[in-house]
Amino acid sequence: MAARGMRRRYVLERKGVLATLLTAPAVLFIGLLVGAPLGLAIYLSFTDAIAGSLSGKWIGLANYRSALNDPIFRSALWNTVVFTVISQAIVIVCAGLLAHALIRSFRGRWFIRFLILLPWAAPIALTAIGFLWFYDPQASIFTWFLIHLHLVDPANPPNWLGTPRAAMSSIITVQAWRILPFATVIFLAGISSIPQEVDDAAAIDGATGLKKFWYVSLPLQLPIAIVAVLFGIVFTATDMIVPYILTNGGPFNSTQVLTTYAFQTGINAGNIGEGAAIALFMLPLLAGVTIAMLFFARRAEVT
Amino acid sequence: MTSGWRHKAFAYGVTVPFAIVLAFPFFWMAVTSLKPEAQVYDPTKVWSFHPTLSSYGYLFHHTEYLQWIRNSTVVGLAVVLITLAVAVPAGYALARLSGRVGRSLGVGLFLTYLVPPTLLFLPLSRVIAQLHLSDRLWALILVYPSFTIPFAIWLLMGFFKAVPQELEDAALIDGCSRLGALVRVVLPVSVPGLITVVIFTFSLVINEFVYAITFISSATNRTLTVGVPTDLIRGDLYNWPGIMAAILLPSIPLALLYNAFLNRFITGFTGGAFR
Repeated sequence: MAARGMRRRYVLERKGVLATLLTAPAVLFIGLLVGAPLGLAIYLSFTDAIAGSLSGKWIGLANYRSALNDPIFRSALWNTVVFTVISQAIVIVCAGLLAHALIRSFRGRWFIRFLILLPWAAPIALTAIGFLWFYDPQASIFTWFLIHLHLVDPANPPNWLGTPRAAMSSIITVQAWRILPFATVIFLAGISSIPQEVDDAAAIDGATGLKKFWYVSLPLQLPIAIVAVLFGIVFTATDMIVPYILTNGGPFNSTQVLTTYAFQTGINAGNIGEGAAIALFMLPLLAGVTIAMLFFARRAEVT
Repeated sequence: MTSGWRHKAFAYGVTVPFAIVLAFPFFWMAVTSLKPEAQVYDPTKVWSFHPTLSSYGYLFHHTEYLQWIRNSTVVGLAVVLITLAVAVPAGYALARLSGRVGRSLGVGLFLTYLVPPTLLFLPLSRVIAQLHLSDRLWALILVYPSFTIPFAIWLLMGFFKAVPQELEDAALIDGCSRLGALVRVVLPVSVPGLITVVIFTFSLVINEFVYAITFISSATNRTLTVGVPTDLIRGDLYNWPGIMAAILLPSIPLALLYNAFLNRFITGFTGGAFR
């Protein structure tokens, strides 16, 4: 008995065996709940499956071809890029600035930090409905401010979600508002990970203010900035909540992004195969962005 | 003295405007939630009105609001438990035991994050139906770990790597098994990391919308994010004060929780997912 117990323990001490045992549940879970459905979705994208059934006739690349020939799909692809890039550009500039101010200690910081964290802590599916009210064509509080600042004509108030250009700006604003606190927190983590000695050494060498920021702080924060951008891009490109609730792709498909269009095609219109093909277009793009960023993050850290 | 003054001016000058812009929507939600329903569209009553709590009363007595909060909390806690049980061992193994393979497996797990729910829920809804879990909270408890686990493992890998190897070696020399060292040495010093994972997991679950709207159909089984848009909005009739109250109530405690744990969160994140 004792010998057997010893042997079992010996086997458990072997790194390979233990590593396999410890990772197995995770790999199984992900394999069953992400890998298998993903495989099925890829298969469906090559079929003419419609709602209610998960099997269809094999039609090769026809779904992809019809998507590429579809002007709405092409504008959705472009809108996804615009929506993601502009909102994340705003976020990264603001988050860098805000984190540098927030890292200092000052009276009332706890409360100010609470206010800044609110958009991140609150469920976005709910706050997006709140914005539906703030953007209301008749009673928008934003319009009220603009009228009282004499920036808009009360007889001709902006239709925040009703015209193509305004609608795109509106959903970009909400997305930036929603991601900014999270990006700020990642930046805070990055700044606080810079050892105090580096700061001291820079001060001894006479680096101050902007110079120190440009030559010392900025290069050291590059990896963390990349992490923040990466999360922002992934959360923005794969998530349909903000456009789905605020505009549902409208007006005239001007805010249609890949996720909302895949949802409309696959679920509302019932063309599961084509919906899957549209959703799958995003995958190689995002994988490319991620791998490139992980590569840069690692390199930036080595140097 | 001068530099202290400039230091403060910069801190307030940047943080106060940002705080106002970021928190204003919540302030306006609070104002709207206190208005009588008939007055929200009246342009002469934007600021002057008699505050009333009637929308909160409506929420608690005439909707399933409390039930939705309970559902979200139950699902959130169950998913947190499953995520920790699966991700802690995996994160430790990938950080300590498996070298290069572990690193690529870690990146591979993160890549699963790129697969949007909009793509997976078509096949998954079929699986849920086959398992007779349609319209049950169990469906969400089963599916949510598919996006919380990769993220948790990925964070935990960073935290575990930050634990000094010598601590563990000392425990091994003292006769601890590897698993014993994980439980007695590594986990206690990784508490900030574990809290980070708990908060993150819970917030991902509370935020989830696509699966919840697809798998759950009856009002009593809805979670918060689905109950408010589907049951409080009836056709074109929006009860704005009630909706604002419904958004505000869970947001405030969640933000307080985030704020209370933020320093630990930062400590955890600095443990470095990319190291």
